Amino acid sequence: MRPERYADLGPMAESVIARGQGRSYGDAALNENGHVLITERVNRMLEFDEGSGILRAEAGITLAEILTVIVPKGWFLPVTPGTKFVSLGGCVAADVHGKNHHHDGSFGEHVIALELILSDGNRVKCSASEKPELFWATIGGMGLTGIIGEVTFKLIPIDIILMEVRHHAADNLEQLFKLMQDPDKDDRYTVAWIDSMAGGADLGRGIAMYGHHAMTEALPANFQSRIKLSRKRSVPFDFPSFALNSLSISAFNNRYFKKEGGRRYPFLSNYDAYFYPLDGIDQWNRMYGKRGFVQYQCVIPERSAFDGIKTVLEELSASHRPSFLAVLKRFGAQGRGMLSFPMPGWTLALDMPIRDEGLFALLDKLDEIVLQHGGRVYLAKDARLSAESFRAMYPRYGEWLKIKNAVDPDNRFSSSMSRRLRIGEE
Amino acid sequence: MSEAVLILGATSAIARATATAFAARGDSLYLASRDEEELQRIAADLRLRFGVEVHCGSFDAEATETHEAFFNSVVALMQDLSGVVLAFGYLGDQRAARDFKEGAKIISANFTGAASILSQCANHFESLHRGFIIGIASVAGDRGRQSNYVYGAAKGALSLYLQGLRNRLHASKVRVITIKPGFVDTAMTYGLPGMFLVASPQYIGERIVAALGRSSDVVYLPWFWRYIMLLIRLIPEPVFKRMKL
Repeated sequence: MRPERYADLGPMAESVIARGQGRSYGDAALNENGHVLITERVNRMLEFDEGSGILRAEAGITLAEILTVIVPKGWFLPVTPGTKFVSLGGCVAADVHGKNHHHDGSFGEHVIALELILSDGNRVKCSASEKPELFWATIGGMGLTGIIGEVTFKLIPIDIILMEVRHHAADNLEQLFKLMQDPDKDDRYTVAWIDSMAGGADLGRGIAMYGHHAMTEALPANFQSRIKLSRKRSVPFDFPSFALNSLSISAFNNRYFKKEGGRRYPFLSNYDAYFYPLDGIDQWNRMYGKRGFVQYQCVIPERSAFDGIKTVLEELSASHRPSFLAVLKRFGAQGRGMLSFPMPGWTLALDMPIRDEGLFALLDKLDEIVLQHGGRVYLAKDARLSAESFRAMYPRYGEWLKIKNAVDPDNRFSSSMSRRLRIGEE
Repeated sequence: MSEAVLILGATSAIARATATAFAARGDSLYLASRDEEELQRIAADLRLRFGVEVHCGSFDAEATETHEAFFNSVVALMQDLSGVVLAFGYLGDQRAARDFKEGAKIISANFTGAASILSQCANHFESLHRGFIIGIASVAGDRGRQSNYVYGAAKGALSLYLQGLRNRLHASKVRVITIKPGFVDTAMTYGLPGMFLVASPQYIGERIVAALGRSSDVVYLPWFWRYIMLLIRLIPEPVFKRMKL
């Protein structure tokens, strides 16, 4: 189904899951033997207060579309994931986070109100003060409480479109943690790239990358001449599966570590290149070949974050499975979404090509480590978590289920993911 | 210079894309349709994305008795109205071939209603010696086929009507353009079997606006449909009647 009118978002007589841009990595927006409701045509901007930065739009709109309108007016997204080709509804349903979670929280914290379309076609408005339990069940609720129709949220003001960025290299995980905990170095956006191929004494070596929205004063006088507009590149075919192997990734990582690690002095970067590096390469996922890849993202609570992340990296290193990309971020205060992923602690995201079934055994092992440390796995990126692990990782599931059952007693809003996780059952 | 354009049947995907292409040029718009909630949503979106003036109002193609008053109100609001895009249409159901109730609706929505509002537009622009009328017909109107000939007949009649109007208004310097889209990726075709060479509504919308800057009177979109339909029209009737199309 792909409605073009707002009125056609409901009612629903059979199993359905909303799908925005389909950018979640797993089965969150798939629905085997059920309906998938593609929201991409219900993507209108409805209201924008240029004074306060409050925007109301239909959930099918993409962040890219929003940015083209708000950036020239001096506003920016309060939280953005690593791609702008996601829908606004998806950002709410997965309660996405960015590199600024330790300061600004997840996307849901900036949402003022939602309009939800229930299976009987009724439209329900909710917010932190109006039907708050439905609101916080929908934020991070993976689309399982209803079709998200409209989202009202608050933007942040910016001065210019550039980011001021600094890099600091760390030779191992301990140094990297120290760097990222150092309040003098910290910035609004902080993220670390980890060389996942480095093991032994070098385990966890990486580059901490700090950034904030630049102010006009930061611009050198002759800055116009320095801005490079990058051309959009594309991966025109599936790479053969051997293209990304331990050797090629090691070589790339070594080069990247040396080149990027040395950029300690602040430099300016376009917001597009800073927030959305992979968006510049069309169909980058084809680099992983036909069998594709999985992303594994977990969070480990503050108290044992270092040990937990270290153990995960050690497992990975011992498995000799190359991870093309490993990213470490800090999470701040606990959000209010009942099934939201972020919790105070540290989060590690790994991209791993699928070679054989052994990968999934490794991921099950990683789940155990994450659980031992009281952490959890990100549903938006997940394709293989077990129903038991899900319940252990998301302790507010029972509370969430009561609200789900109240608004959707027939479990019409369901997906391949919700059946895999046996959502709907106790 | 920015223009003022009336779009009739403004809530379809093709109409929305056409309105977007006009708004991107900085033109002001009057959007008309039966579905007022959708109109408000589309209008708000175009205002925010392009900073242009967008009005909207209720219009029912089949309620021909309301057309004169409707058109006068549009002209009163947009005194410098420079053109009209007729974008409404109703595909209906081929059971119309056996059930005339559905057939009558297809004919009145696609042709009778169009002829009624077009006569209002034609008289207005003729007296001003300027303006344009863009009518969205269909490749389905180029040859009758058993699978959708009621719709095809209504759209074919619209094409003939536009052709005559073009002849009449040529002397008054009013441009009349017939658009014949092939398969377009809209709610009308979504999920239907047998679709091929499907164009995006964005492409169709951009080409419709671009047609104003070109000289063609009849525009097939995408262009290759002109040749596909030429071949289909060239099939001799004794052969064609045996075919399953």
